[in-house]
Formats: sequence, structure tokens, C-alpha cells
Amino acid sequence: MSEKTYLQALNDALRQEMERDENVFILGEDVGQFGGCFGVTQGLFETFGEERVKDTPITESAIVGAAGGAAVAGLRPVAELMFVDFIGVAMDQLFNQAAKMRFMFGGKATVPMTLRMPQGAGIGAAAQHSQSLESWFMHIPGLKVVIPSTPYDAKGLLISAIRDDNPVIFLEHKLLYGISGEVPDESYTIDIGKADIKREGTDVTIVATSLMVHSALDAADKLQAEGISAEVVDPRCLQPLDSETIVNSVKKTHALVIAHEAVQFAGPGAEIAAMVAEEALDYLDAPIKRVGAPFCPVPFSPPLEQFYIPDSGNIVEAVKRIR
Amino acid sequence: MALSKKTLIHMFETMNRIRLFEQQLQEFFAAGEIPGFVHLYLGEEAVATGACSALTETDMMTSTHRGHGHLLAKGGDLKLMMAEIFGRQTGYCKGKGGSMHIADLDLGILGANGIVGGGGPLAVGAAFAAKYKKSDQVALCFFGDGASNQGTTQEALNMASAWKLPLVFVNENNGYGISCPQCKSMAVVDIADRAAAYDMPGVVVDGNDVLAVHEAVSEAVKRARNGEGPSLIECKTYRWRGHFEGDACVYRCAEELEEWMAKDPIPRFEAKLLESKTLSKKDVAAIKERIAKDVDEAVAFAKESPMPQTSALMDDVYA
Ligand SMILES: Cc1ncc(C[n+]2csc(CCOP(=O)(O)OP(=O)(O)O)c2C)c(N)n1
Repeated sequence: MSEKTYLQALNDALRQEMERDENVFILGEDVGQFGGCFGVTQGLFETFGEERVKDTPITESAIVGAAGGAAVAGLRPVAELMFVDFIGVAMDQLFNQAAKMRFMFGGKATVPMTLRMPQGAGIGAAAQHSQSLESWFMHIPGLKVVIPSTPYDAKGLLISAIRDDNPVIFLEHKLLYGISGEVPDESYTIDIGKADIKREGTDVTIVATSLMVHSALDAADKLQAEGISAEVVDPRCLQPLDSETIVNSVKKTHALVIAHEAVQFAGPGAEIAAMVAEEALDYLDAPIKRVGAPFCPVPFSPPLEQFYIPDSGNIVEAVKRIR
Repeated sequence: MALSKKTLIHMFETMNRIRLFEQQLQEFFAAGEIPGFVHLYLGEEAVATGACSALTETDMMTSTHRGHGHLLAKGGDLKLMMAEIFGRQTGYCKGKGGSMHIADLDLGILGANGIVGGGGPLAVGAAFAAKYKKSDQVALCFFGDGASNQGTTQEALNMASAWKLPLVFVNENNGYGISCPQCKSMAVVDIADRAAAYDMPGVVVDGNDVLAVHEAVSEAVKRARNGEGPSLIECKTYRWRGHFEGDACVYRCAEELEEWMAKDPIPRFEAKLLESKTLSKKDVAAIKERIAKDVDEAVAFAKESPMPQTSALMDDVYA
């Protein structure tokens, strides 16, 4: 066990899986000598060489499609897009090709690819480089959607994603790359689809993802000071979604707030809220509250961007409205 | 080609305006005064200047993530650009767009673009609109060597040609897409060769020679206005800075940079203008001084301008 950043944890996972299985290879823009847009693939080109750490032209459609094709042909590609926003260019290759092959072919194809994409606002990157798009991917049968919030989760989940026999969307947050935490040196996996209770509490459940897990923990501290005990549940994966852990928590606390950075309207919180309403309405003492971004593109100017991103204050406020 | 003295001087001013604007941005970015990313155009001034000086004010243009030069060459306002890049309320996009998204529809500037290859299809649409409305306008699409590999770019080339649209594709081949050298991202040496696949003229020019760029683009604009369809002009050039400010540039060697810096397009053009007596040394000094003053004023304007109000966040999501 040692202290590692989220970025190092991801790098560890890639290195260990490449060492373990020669079918694992990396492809993407500037992933080679340059080390990846945010540095996640740093050093892998030097260790594994050009055949296994492949710099591609700037062609997202071909990157995602080639990952799907290589996967169906027996390799385990880990593709990187520099920013999740660029998936727009490659949508067909993801949604209509990779995600659907197994089903359409009557179960004959296996598509073990992982697609890593950083998302989120906070670095002044403006509307085309800052989105949180997880609900797009959750909505497509055939894809799995992983969204880790800590270095520990990032490593274990990335290893699981690479070993998974399905296309896995792996969503990192730009502002999390620098955070550190305890991460085992050895290889380990975390089940895809298993939520984690990041903090136990009795008065309200806060389901939060990615960067918002940290805001929720911060909010829980503030609430504690006012005598409200919040339980923070991090689903870690949005597809499959661990409804059991979430529902059990709500049954215990009788109140639910959901926090994510994606636009609130039709965001992942909508699905979670509906699921809880269907399965545990009788346990709720108050309406479900959602905290998400406003329904507008991500603005550039720092004061606007800061205002746009939900924070612990918004979460505290949401909890206080129902508790 | 006989260009008027006025045009030549305007081109010289434009190149210097871009140069100084970018040098200022470089400093302010390093000082932490500019949010987000900045992709500088230093070293490539001859391309934007040569190309845009072949257009009229009503002609349209799509730009890229490295768009400051294109915008200034098309007539973009120094103050409004500077304020936008500083994230201010008074900027071109009210602080909502930043460096990568500046637009001025009145000048036919359909926007810089954060998506590599995003501009090609937009330029096709603009050129179609011009043809449809018989407006006599031409659209010009700037795109990089990296962008030339995007499907969107190839799709745009094809559609523009199939529909014989008044469109000029100007490829800025600076040799790299971030860290990826051209030789690793494509098998052809000249991107202009790809024009053959779409049955349009493909021309290679020295992108550090503003007059060569101007001449090639003017020819293409003439064809476009005559209803003869699109052209592809490849301008060979080089970016002096890293891909973005802060890029350590480990992927290219110092000698290569030095070699290209020795081909600086500005002194080269200046020497021509002095030799032909279009300008005297005194004129040159006066021009540079005036531009320095304009840029300083733009910086002061940006810095004195307020940040946007959070109450404006939801404005302009819909018309
Ligand atoms: C669709 C998409 N993919 C990747 C990027 C990241 N990116 C921004 S600029 C750039 C390189 C573009 O190279 P080129 O087109 O040659 O233009 P240059 O930077 O050399 O001017 C890349 C990969 C992006 N903005 N959009």
C-alpha cells in the first residue's frame, strides 16, 4: 500500500494489465512519448514500445472503431479520447457498432474494449471541452459505464474494465487526477456494478458520483456540525447500477439527495430518483432532491464556471430543504 | 501579380498585429492572467494574412482552436478579442466562449472551434448558403494537418466538390498534430494530393511567404466565385511554440525550430517591402509602434473590463 494520485493509480492499472496480458494494448492521440493529454499513459511507451502504445491520427471515429474491431478480433484495446466531448465525432462507432455487435450477432461476438475519457469542468476549457456526458452512455444497452471517484477505485475498476468482455466506458474527472489516496501496489479488481458507501450516516442518503463524491463528503462534514448525519453512497458504476446498495441506504435514512456534475435535466440522477421512487417510495419521509449542473453549456469565464459547477454548498442546501 | 500599395501595407500590418497580439498573450498566460488554454499562432502569420487578404469583408470563414491569427486577419477587433480571452463581460462572446470559440458573424467569422475537424462541414453549409442565395460570397475553411485526417474534413471536401460549392480549403500544415509528426499520422507527403480524390485543384505553397499564400488563395477564390467549385491550398509552415502554452515540446528538436525561426515570415516580407520601396524603415517603425499601442490599449481594455455576472449564466442558451 502506498499513497498515489488518481493519475498514478490509473497508470499502475494500465502497466500491470499490459504486463499480465499481451493482448492488452493502448491507442489514442498523443498517448505515446507525449504520455497522454493529462499524463495517464506516461512511461508506457518506453516500457512496451510503439506496437502496444499506439499514437493515432486525430480521428476519434477510427480510434473507437478500431478498438471495437480489434476487440472482436481477439485483443483487449484500451482506447483514450483526450476529452469526453470528442466522443461526438465517434458516436456511431461506439453506439451502433461496438455496443451492439454481441447482441445483433446472436451472442457470437465478444467486444472486450475499454474507452477512457476525462470529463468535467473546472479548468477553463469552455463548452466543447468540459462536459459530463455519462447519461448518454448509460442509455445505450451493451455499454458498461464506470465513473471512479478515488485513486483506490480508479485502479481496481480500470483493471476490471480491461478484463471485462464488454465495451466499458471509463469516465475520469480532470480535477481528480491530482488527488491522492492509499492504493495497493499489487494488482486488484473491484466488481463493476458494486457501489461503495464512502461514509455512513443515518439521516439522509447522498448518492454522488465522480468529483461530487468529494463535495458530498465535504457537505456531510458541514451537516454533521449541524447535527445531521449524512450517508454518502458512490455508485462507482452507472451501468450496471447497484440499486440494492442505494435502496438499502434510503431505507435506513429515509431521505435522498443525488449529486452529479452532469446537467441535472435527464442526468443520471433522474434514473436514480425514479429507481428509488419505484422501489422505496414508502420509506421516504421527504421528496427526493437532485443537485446537478444548470441546463446550459459550460461557460468559459472563471466566475461563471465556478457558479456552474455544483458544490458542497448546493448539496448542504438540498439536504436542508428536506431535513 | 500587382497588389496595390495599400493592400501590401495592410498585409504587413496584419502580420505584425497577429505577432504582437500573440506575444502579449504568451506573457499574460505565463503570468497566470488568462484562464483555460491558449494555442498560439506565432510563426504562422503569413498563412492567415495571405489567405484572408484574398477575401472581402462579407466572405465567410471557419477557424480552428488556433484561431487568433485567422480572426485578426479577417478583421476581428483587438479589444473584443483580448477581453474574451481574458474572460470578460465585454468580450466577443460575453466571456462565455474564450480563446477557442470567438466568432464575429458581421465579419463572416463563423467561429474558432474547439473540435478538430469541426469547421469543414460548417464551411460546406456556409458555402451552400452563399450559392443558394446567389450572394457571391465565398467560404474559406482553415484546418490543420491533424484535422485533415478527420472524417469530417474528408466528408466536407467531398460534399463541397460534389456540389461545386464556392469554398476554399486552406490547410495549415505546420508538421504536427500536438506531438504527432505528419509522417506518423499519414502516408502522403503533400496533403494537397488528396484534392485529386475529390477532383479539385490541390496546390502546395510556401506558407511562410505571405504573397505566395495570397496568390494561391486569390486564384481559388476567383474559381469559387466563378462557380467552378472548391480548391485545396496546402500552406507549409511551422508553429514556433508548443501545441499549447505550457507544452514542454519533448517531441521535436531545437534544430528544427531554429531552422524554421530563421524563415520568419515577417522580416522576410518586410525586406521585400523595403526593397520595392513600398515602405521605408521609418514607415516600418511607425507601423510597429502604432500596433504596439493598439495592442496595449486592447490589454488595458480587457483588464479594466468586469467579469461576467453569474446572473447572465442562463442567457443565450436558446434564441
Ligand atoms: C475532435 C478533437 N480531437 C482532438 C482534439 C484535441 N486537439 C486539439 S488541437 C489538436 C491538434 C490539431 O492539430 P492540427 O489540426 O494539425 O492543428 P495545429 O494544432 O497543428 O494547428 C488536437 C489533437 C480536439 N480538440 N478535437
